[in-house]
Amino acid sequence: MLNVKVLGSGCANCKRLEQRVQKVLADHGLEGEVEKVTDYGEMMRWNILKTPGLVVNDVLVASGRIPNEDEIAGWLAK
Amino acid sequence: MAQSLPSPAKAQRSADTRAWLIVSGVTVLWLIAYNSVKPLADWLTFALLGLAPGSRLGDAVAFFLYDVPKILLLLTGMIFAISTLRTFFSPERVRQTLGGKREGVGNVIGAGLGVLTPFCSCSAVPLFIGFVKAGVPLGVTFSFLIAAPMVDGVALALLLGLFGWQLAGLYLVAGMTIAIIAGLIIGRMNMERHVEDFVWEIRGGDGAVAEEKYTWTRRFDEAWEQVREIVGKVWPYVVIGIAIGAGIHGFVPEDALAGIMGKEAWWSVPAGVILGVPLYSNVAGVIPVVDALMAKGAAMGTMLAFMMSVVALSLPELIILRRVLKPRLIATFVAIVATGIILVGYLFNLVI
Repeated sequence: MLNVKVLGSGCANCKRLEQRVQKVLADHGLEGEVEKVTDYGEMMRWNILKTPGLVVNDVLVASGRIPNEDEIAGWLAK
Repeated sequence: MAQSLPSPAKAQRSADTRAWLIVSGVTVLWLIAYNSVKPLADWLTFALLGLAPGSRLGDAVAFFLYDVPKILLLLTGMIFAISTLRTFFSPERVRQTLGGKREGVGNVIGAGLGVLTPFCSCSAVPLFIGFVKAGVPLGVTFSFLIAAPMVDGVALALLLGLFGWQLAGLYLVAGMTIAIIAGLIIGRMNMERHVEDFVWEIRGGDGAVAEEKYTWTRRFDEAWEQVREIVGKVWPYVVIGIAIGAGIHGFVPEDALAGIMGKEAWWSVPAGVILGVPLYSNVAGVIPVVDALMAKGAAMGTMLAFMMSVVALSLPELIILRRVLKPRLIATFVAIVATGIILVGYLFNLVI
């Protein structure tokens, strides 16, 4: 099963990213759990400089921006 | 086959050409619109609404109808240009650049990159941790963190539109100077132990995400996204600010404010700085009001100090930074930046 993490302190962009991930999961009939990582110590495991960060199965795929749905679908489908 | 480009590259090239064509076309339309704002506003006010030129209400309405579209157009254009420029700079590269730098040169480069690197206050903490962990000196990190919000695109666009490039330039230079000097002082004070302990204990992962290749299409797309987000957020403040400014413009007598906001009122500079702290993120509404106040006798240094305080000393950002900085360091940071802003205020009141 997919494990997706949204890294961010809970700002507007992080929430938007989380919603978009949920939408892509639903649209593509994928099963996955979406975790929110708000602890900075935990977040820095991926060495990000900008939030929000997106982690799919423990690999950081994007940070500092909200990728579009096609991009997210591409990462989730792998 | 051999002489032709592989088709994805070819497709990308034509997509980029198309993106450039669209941007050029929109620029031309923008210029036409920008140049027709003034005649249109005058026509609306004096011909259509039938207000008398020179009357109080007429002046206020003409001011409002001229400034709102002008400022919104300028904001859109400036944010687009700045955001496109900023796609060439990433915090990851800034960190690499600053990693080996000594203080001094590092502070100057840090402040400069702070202006050019896209950054929002929600990223202040990861950025701070990432910089400090990578060996960027604390003072250099602060130069970056002070410059980034101080010389902000919205503020620059409004200053440029309402006051002209000279004042926008002065603002830029003064903001960067404060960032550089404040960073130098914080660096000298050896305050590393006033950074929260957990920051030093974090074991960073091995690498950030590999940077994707930027195409012009993507640069313009991201810049446009920024325009929509920022202008979408600030336009109500701009309209309200200009409406208040228009009221002041039409109804407050000349020099009415010289006594309380003029050069002679020495206490108005620190008062402006204190007043600016709770007005964070409303710089878009504040600058049009400042513009109108200056026309009625408020001193420029006082107003400059006020504006800088609005952007550089914001309560939410201080709360966010509290996660990584102990109270002593937060207080030091606020005190140094506030002092710098006050000095800039007095200096400008003295010189101009």
